[in-house]
Amino acid sequence: MFSKFFIRFLFYIFSIYFLYISLSFSAGKSFELYDIKFSFDGIFGTFDKPSARRGLQIYREVCSGCHGLKFIAYRNLTSLGYSREEIKNIASEYEIEDGPNSEGEMYLRPAVSSDNFIDPYANINMAKFMNNGAAPPDLSLIVKARNYGSKYVYSLLMGYKDIPDNFDSLNGYYNKFYPGHIIAMPQPLYGDDVEYLDGTISSLEQEVIDITTFLTWTSHPEMVDRKKMGFKVLVFLIFMTGLLFLSYKKIWKPVKDGSI
Amino acid sequence: MTKKEIGSRLIDWIDYRLPIFSSIKHSLVDYPTPRNLNYWWNFGSLAGFFLVLQIITGVVLAMHYNPSAEGAFASIEHIMRNVNYGWLIRYAHMNGASFFFIVVYIHIFRGLYYGSYKSPRELLWWFGLIILLLMMATAFMGYVLPWGQMSFWAATVITNLFSAIPVIGDGIVNWLLGGFAVDDALLKRFYALHYLFPFLIVGFVILHISALHTHGSNNPLGIDSGGPQDSISFHPYYTIKDLFGLSFVLTIFFLVVFYAPDYLGHPDNYIPADSLKTPAHIVPEWYFLPFYGILRAIPDKLGGVVAMVSAIFVLFLLPWLDTSKVKSATFRPIYKKIYWLLVVDVVVLTWVGGNPPEGYFILIGRIATIYYFSHILILMPIIGFLEKPKKLPSSIAGTVLKQKRENVDNNV
Repeated sequence: MFSKFFIRFLFYIFSIYFLYISLSFSAGKSFELYDIKFSFDGIFGTFDKPSARRGLQIYREVCSGCHGLKFIAYRNLTSLGYSREEIKNIASEYEIEDGPNSEGEMYLRPAVSSDNFIDPYANINMAKFMNNGAAPPDLSLIVKARNYGSKYVYSLLMGYKDIPDNFDSLNGYYNKFYPGHIIAMPQPLYGDDVEYLDGTISSLEQEVIDITTFLTWTSHPEMVDRKKMGFKVLVFLIFMTGLLFLSYKKIWKPVKDGSI
Repeated sequence: MTKKEIGSRLIDWIDYRLPIFSSIKHSLVDYPTPRNLNYWWNFGSLAGFFLVLQIITGVVLAMHYNPSAEGAFASIEHIMRNVNYGWLIRYAHMNGASFFFIVVYIHIFRGLYYGSYKSPRELLWWFGLIILLLMMATAFMGYVLPWGQMSFWAATVITNLFSAIPVIGDGIVNWLLGGFAVDDALLKRFYALHYLFPFLIVGFVILHISALHTHGSNNPLGIDSGGPQDSISFHPYYTIKDLFGLSFVLTIFFLVVFYAPDYLGHPDNYIPADSLKTPAHIVPEWYFLPFYGILRAIPDKLGGVVAMVSAIFVLFLLPWLDTSKVKSATFRPIYKKIYWLLVVDVVVLTWVGGNPPEGYFILIGRIATIYYFSHILILMPIIGFLEKPKKLPSSIAGTVLKQKRENVDNNV
């Protein structure tokens, strides 16, 4: 009976492996990304909050000039360890158009915690016009929206190289990991781009790890809760599967013996 | 009067007027089931479970979803980020669809191996295939609802297939779209139908089960039940076995839901739909890949569509295409081997379907497509005639207990 059980188990492993193969083929993986381990990898991985907060600083000082974060609200920053007061202060540095008021006029007011991050451009046409026709993507979901997620974002930001002779650089910059290698975004981070509030030395790699951690959080804000709940659910289910297997054996004993 | 007596009198009173209790007892408790069903018979009840899971999670998602081209993508993010446990409900629904298909495909391949479509279960098989078709329509329309890049382009590719129909094709496409391009009108009708179809599936599941209970389950030996010694009651024997199987599959399901929730999906669907930007490779969800492989194996658009649709419709003819009188492949030496070729063939088609149609994938796809149809339309009828089946056992109980005795002897 265990052998049958085992065969079925193998079948699942096989089908999952097969899906993995077919998906990785369809992803068209043509170059090796940097092999990097993050704080949030693995079953018990959680976000390194100081790193994610430094990532927010990089976002605010570098990325936010061109990239929005429209699905994240300032209030969400509580899960990175910011207090309500700090969040209010961060939000109030931005202005948002609201209205119409009781006189029918639109007006500008400072953002509050419940507002979402303010977009750098008023609308998509302005974003395109200011960037040679290609609007910079919103970063709320960037890690989820790319194959290999965090690893890709990390590799891309580390992957700016001198242009090889056989490439035409007229349309952009050379990046080792960007599909087609010519990317419209100039290298955003070089190291020493920000002066970290917590005193950490802002080397290029430190900055890239920090912004990747922050952007992984914006894509998967539920990740830590999800992994914690998943662990409890799986422990319970494995235990229950064991109990049900024993009950099944016990109930079926007379049938297998032939006494029924 | 004790509480128990009040209870049973109430049950009797209701049952006399509306026999719900006696029909539950008849079809879920006393229902005689062959004593020799193996684990492959667990997948029917598993499919039922995933159907119910999809309906429950789906109804909750519908409470927060906004079916408009403007707001759909943002409402999904609202569910993922702001709705309490919205991420859990949505991830369960997304992966629930995949698991529903895994379970149903295994269920179908079980029927194929043990000849469960043969007389008197032809209609049972047909209802199953209709359920599969409805599932595919439901899953496809559901995939469009998040209005990401893959949603949008999958909808564009699939609705455009209808333009292959001569003369009236373009008219049909415009009618389906509710306009001249994939847009708000299409999203709204897909949402309405995505909500409706699961209940049609429930209807066909009821027919499927009624047909099943008319002649009872087939079994690994493929011979009819000879009497009470061949059967056991559904409860407690198969209720506990189904519960054990469910718990096992749920463990794998929740492993995916909690630790790899986006694994079976495509990253492009987290990019909002953009009608000006075509993704590098438009691929459907994994469970459509074998059919997508067949579609692209044929160099002609209309031919491809006909082949893809026929891939399922030939299965309706199986009860007559399979000419063998013996049901179970266990007693069919040639068919037993050929069967696995079909399994491998479908796996190859899935692999080809997930790859861009270039280079050797085209050739492999064509060979696999030709094999798929030859297997069902040529090999199955011929093998049924030529093959000399092994001698069938005289009874289920006799065989099961004989095996038991042999095992004991061997162990001694």
